[in-house]
Amino acid sequence: MSAVAEQPGPAQDEFTSQLQVYEPHRVGLPPLAPYFRELWRRRAFAVELARSNLRAQNYNTVLGQLWLILNPLFLGLVYFMLVTIVRGDSRGSAFLAHLLLGVFAFRLVSGAIRPGAKSVTSGGRLILNTAFPRALLPISAVLASILRFLPTLGIYAIVHALAGLPVTPEILWGIPILALMVVFATGMTMLVATAQVYFRDTRNFLPFFLRIWVFASPILYYANEVPDQLRFVLYVNPLYPMLATLSETVNFGRSPSSGLLAASVAWAVAGILIGGLVFISREREFAVRL
Amino acid sequence: MSSKPVTTARSPQAPAGTWAVKVEDLSLTYRTPVQKRPTLKGTLKRLGRRKRIIREINALRDVSFEVPHGTVVGIVGVNGAGKSTLMRTLAGILPPTKGRVEVQGRVSTLLALGVGFNADLTGQDNVILGGLAAGLSRDQIEAKYEEITAFAELEDFMDIPMRRYSSGMYGRLAFSVAVNLEPDILLIDEALSVGDARFKRKSFDKMRELCEQARTIFIVSHALKTMHELADEVIWIHRGRVKMRDSPDTAIAAYEEFLGVSGTDEVVLEDP
Repeated sequence: MSAVAEQPGPAQDEFTSQLQVYEPHRVGLPPLAPYFRELWRRRAFAVELARSNLRAQNYNTVLGQLWLILNPLFLGLVYFMLVTIVRGDSRGSAFLAHLLLGVFAFRLVSGAIRPGAKSVTSGGRLILNTAFPRALLPISAVLASILRFLPTLGIYAIVHALAGLPVTPEILWGIPILALMVVFATGMTMLVATAQVYFRDTRNFLPFFLRIWVFASPILYYANEVPDQLRFVLYVNPLYPMLATLSETVNFGRSPSSGLLAASVAWAVAGILIGGLVFISREREFAVRL
Repeated sequence: MSSKPVTTARSPQAPAGTWAVKVEDLSLTYRTPVQKRPTLKGTLKRLGRRKRIIREINALRDVSFEVPHGTVVGIVGVNGAGKSTLMRTLAGILPPTKGRVEVQGRVSTLLALGVGFNADLTGQDNVILGGLAAGLSRDQIEAKYEEITAFAELEDFMDIPMRRYSSGMYGRLAFSVAVNLEPDILLIDEALSVGDARFKRKSFDKMRELCEQARTIFIVSHALKTMHELADEVIWIHRGRVKMRDSPDTAIAAYEEFLGVSGTDEVVLEDP
């Protein structure tokens, strides 16, 4: 775009084209091609919102942005102590590496869902006064979670090295697995953000739900330690195949199981489709509901 | 407002036959739950009793009008008449229940306090985010940034969280963003009621400048004197319908008569 007054761009754009037509919509999705084009065109908004929220977050604390590292690290160490106490013996540094990786990766998902739940309801002023693809708000929460996650990779690398774990090409599997987790998290964030518009209690349930989810995921234990009669918990947990594969490949440098890989892809696709469809088909109603 | 009545020569410079905004049989009905904060508990309770407390509010009913380019339209009406709903429909924020709205050009509604949606962020963050959400590029916003802060007279406050702003500072920044981003169509909801007397004067002048630039502007205001001076025509909305559409003199006189206040009542004419 070169000049403010002259707005180039396809005429069928829903949000900023020269001619805009607003008509009653059928229940369901808006035209998807213009929607995604517009979403992509305003990606800078999502990035900027994520960055400024991150900046504002630890604005008042002495240690400032250092908390982005300290928070997950302390949480991981608390869990490690808990496991040590419950079991009565220390499981050693390899397990610590597994646990930290699990905690950090889980926070990549929960760190998107929890703040993302109120991304629409707290964006009220913006939503009531500007027309833009609302999906930018939950997406921004996901981006913020990614930005918070990245520094923890540094801690993990140190623990990995100290624990003497192997460094093999299999570690690279971590990248697609984490990407699948992001895709899944985006879907869930959109779903929860929509739910929050209709049921304002959603956000109050979330912390408990997320806590149970941590315990039901192979983070505080290895997936193969789960007794047979409890394995159904893993099978209904979308994060199980992703976290288990992450531990196999990144922690131990082993090749991933193709079954778990397929399950990871299936959960991620299901998550983004369900969350995305619910959100986008409902978003034109948000302004009325706020 | 301390201004003296000013008469401005305005002539809509729109080519004949072109319109900026065309509204056809527009109706908008809110279906809203009666309780303010919808909660799961409340919903479950009502599910048990098979009763849904939903009320329909007909905010707009069969509204039709066309506005040519370069017209300054004043919208008056009592509280709850549907003025703000109409503005949000024109901006594409609220989808119509029935009818059709066509808008030519880029709309700015950053006013009505679209800026400052996140009070934890600094004024600078909010200006940039508001502009990006409205579809501007970062370059465009940066080009205007100096002007915006200078007009709002908030250069020293742009790097503190907006939580610390006074409501006047809030309004000044919002107004400044809306008018400085040079939209084709500007929607202004109670714009001139921000800031101190001096800033009101300044924003009034800026408004008049914009009006003279042949922009299409919709102003919602209870400040009837301002309306008189700025608007080319006035639409009076009552209970979701267009009750009258006429020259400012005629429409405002009729509206004042309806309100039961005389044309010289200072309290009414004065900008709030």
